[in-house]
Amino acid sequence: MSHHIIEFKDVSFVYPDGTEALKDVSFRVVHGEAVAIVGPNGAGKTTLLMLMNGLILPTSGEVLVGEVPVTKKTLPEIRRKVGVVMQNPDDQLFMPTVGEDVAFGPINMGLPEEMVIERVDEALKKVGCLHLKDRPPHRLSGGQKKAVAIAGVLAMKPDILVMDEPSAGLDPRARKALINLLKTFHHSKIIASHDLDLVLELCPRCIVLNSGQVLADGKARDLLLDEKLIDRAGLELPLCVQNSGTQT
Amino acid sequence: MHMADALLSPAVGGVFWAATAATTAYAAKKLRQEENEKLIPLMGVLGAFVFAAQMINFTIPGTGSSGHIGGGMLLAILLGPNAAFIVIASVLTVQALFFADGGLLALGANIWNLGFYPSYIAYPFIYKAIVKDNPTPKKITLASVLSVVAALQLGAFSVVLQTKLSGISELPFKNFLMLMQPIHLAIGIAEGFITAGVVNYIRSIQPEIIEKKTTVSYKKAVIALSIMAVITGGLLSWFASTHPDGLEWSIMNVYGEPELEQKDNPIVNKLQSIQEKTAILPDYSLPEPEATTEEAAEGWPNADPGTSLSGILGGLIVLLVVAAFGMGLRRFSRSGNSQ
Amino acid sequence: MEIANSFFNLGYLDSLSYKKSFIHRLDPRIKTIVTLTFVVTVVSFPQKELSGLLSFFIYPVFIIALAEIPLGFILKKLVIVSPFVLMVAIFNPFLDKTPVMELYGITITTGWISFLSIIVKFILTISAALLLIATTSFVGICEGLSRMRVPEVFVVQLMLLYRYIFVLVEEALRMVRARDSRSFGKKGRGIKTFINLAGILLVRTIHRADRIYSAMLSRGYSGTIPQKRTHRIRTKEVFYLIIWVGLFILFRKYNLSLAIGQLF
Repeated sequence: MSHHIIEFKDVSFVYPDGTEALKDVSFRVVHGEAVAIVGPNGAGKTTLLMLMNGLILPTSGEVLVGEVPVTKKTLPEIRRKVGVVMQNPDDQLFMPTVGEDVAFGPINMGLPEEMVIERVDEALKKVGCLHLKDRPPHRLSGGQKKAVAIAGVLAMKPDILVMDEPSAGLDPRARKALINLLKTFHHSKIIASHDLDLVLELCPRCIVLNSGQVLADGKARDLLLDEKLIDRAGLELPLCVQNSGTQT
Repeated sequence: MHMADALLSPAVGGVFWAATAATTAYAAKKLRQEENEKLIPLMGVLGAFVFAAQMINFTIPGTGSSGHIGGGMLLAILLGPNAAFIVIASVLTVQALFFADGGLLALGANIWNLGFYPSYIAYPFIYKAIVKDNPTPKKITLASVLSVVAALQLGAFSVVLQTKLSGISELPFKNFLMLMQPIHLAIGIAEGFITAGVVNYIRSIQPEIIEKKTTVSYKKAVIALSIMAVITGGLLSWFASTHPDGLEWSIMNVYGEPELEQKDNPIVNKLQSIQEKTAILPDYSLPEPEATTEEAAEGWPNADPGTSLSGILGGLIVLLVVAAFGMGLRRFSRSGNSQ
Repeated sequence: MEIANSFFNLGYLDSLSYKKSFIHRLDPRIKTIVTLTFVVTVVSFPQKELSGLLSFFIYPVFIIALAEIPLGFILKKLVIVSPFVLMVAIFNPFLDKTPVMELYGITITTGWISFLSIIVKFILTISAALLLIATTSFVGICEGLSRMRVPEVFVVQLMLLYRYIFVLVEEALRMVRARDSRSFGKKGRGIKTFINLAGILLVRTIHRADRIYSAMLSRGYSGTIPQKRTHRIRTKEVFYLIIWVGLFILFRKYNLSLAIGQLF
């Protein structure tokens, strides 16, 4: 199942204003893996995610999705394979109703109408929001918005699910519901987050990023509990560890 | 200042609807040709921004009262004339529907007054002419203030003209003008400085936003303008040919005596006769044997008190019946819903 | 504060528009055409005609009653937007003093009649527009517009505008609250602060547009946005249209008030 691989080969990215966001980043993600990307603000996480579905193209190096390199020509194919859930669901839910928003991707893929309806219902059911189909996005709670944004991506049946800060702005219960929801997905997942507890629950593997470079890449349980590494990456230990640390 | 349905005649309202529809179609066509897909989300959120910016009130210096911005010129500077016109039209549509600003017939006139002048006159001929391709804070300030003032003056003048041509208000053209223009001069100067301030602020942190977005060529704007001039010219000449004394009358009124005998106001009569020809109800006042009651009503100034009294009495009865009907209907629909 | 109120009204009207009455379920095109015919017919009354206009109250009353729209809300809205019309209309009684009749010793002039005529027209036309949006969801309006051949760019960005009003207004109000909590009295609310706030909001908005564009691209956007088509005009709705348009023409032609009054 080689088409489920995302591979970064010595990828660098420099913004037009000269900011070097990523420097020689290399890693690969295989089928069915759930990988977290952690790092402080400005580490280059969002840039990394944008490179994955060709919203920006690398300054040097190569990004491969399956066997296909991300280039201008392959964009439609890449975007069908890589589903990106953005940090702020308000930016992603731009259509006037939930149903129309979820249908946006499938319609653009050129699917026939019956199939679009089927995909929309299926995706909304999966995230438990079928009853919200006719609601306008501004009448949803934060958690519902997030779930619907995910449905909008699921409806395109991507091979890989890429998420930027999935738990940002959610209250504890909505966050817990989201984690449980994500646990039910058997997609390959790449999650960029500050929420290290969420990472521990969802991702066996973790890539630590700092100043545009890969600092470490390995088992999340090992890396995120490594105090020295965490400190060097400008992060804090997961809360679950901090608490247990004071108790023992 | 929003034009209102109640002050418009169908003919005037209709002409500006047509002009606005034509401009919208033109602007949409231009945008389609540009094929800039990135512009559509930007247009949508900038329209929403105008509402959001109106939530930020500020104290007008010297008065202590609260003000907020219209934003037409700012949109033109950020988006260029075609996209700006469409965004202003949408903002006004939302205002007409949700905020009850003006009404639906007046919407055409309002889009014209507040959208056409900033987008297709003030922006290309004043703002761009001053700023050209090398904007500096000083040039931007001068250009913004002058263009906002010009756009608002034209808009205010338009409101006065539309009101006068409709013949519903008795307010003499000259006096109304004296009332509207100075107010809008003050508003224009304030909004001009604000527009300049915002544009300069954005330039200071992200110059590429302004520089990139103002690449709409001067030539294109001129072509757009001449097409619009032909359209409006056509409409005006249609006006003039249907009643050659109409424009003459309004000009005479500007220089001549401000008080006017409304009874034999030729333009009102003429406009009413156009209405009869163009309205959806072509025959509403054709003399028919049964329509005697209406004729009496139209000739009200000379009607005998008996008829007018019955008008008042009948009117009261009609209102009572309507109110009773409404209450009955509501009770009916409530009981229907609760079952 | 008055402006912040108008936002909450927007949210309130928005919530009214999702009700499920008979009126709400009508095709948006039918409602739009009826409303426009109503407005044009009302406005087509001559300047000094008053009694004939009164029959037209039947339409807003019908909608308010059947769609269960709170009357008080509509009245409040009317009062809020009335100043400009009032300012223009109030000159009529002073400029036109042709007497029409005397009633219990009070002389009624044509000026007063044309003044009242403007007020009645104002109430009728504005409430018609408000009732259209109170009984039609904005999605419905957009669908209606696009099916009435309004250019796609217009409809699509109108849709986006409506979607993001709610988001951006929230953002603006948060900024205003932050400003007000740190400014005392009138200080800190000057034009300079305003320019800074508006500038920040504008830059954020432009960045948001970039992110929305990215989100669109991620889901296969290539320049067109699919328009929903859910409504279909049923025979019942054609009758609805014909009946109202017929009534409006009838009321325009025959002055019902005068006819009833003359019975006495």
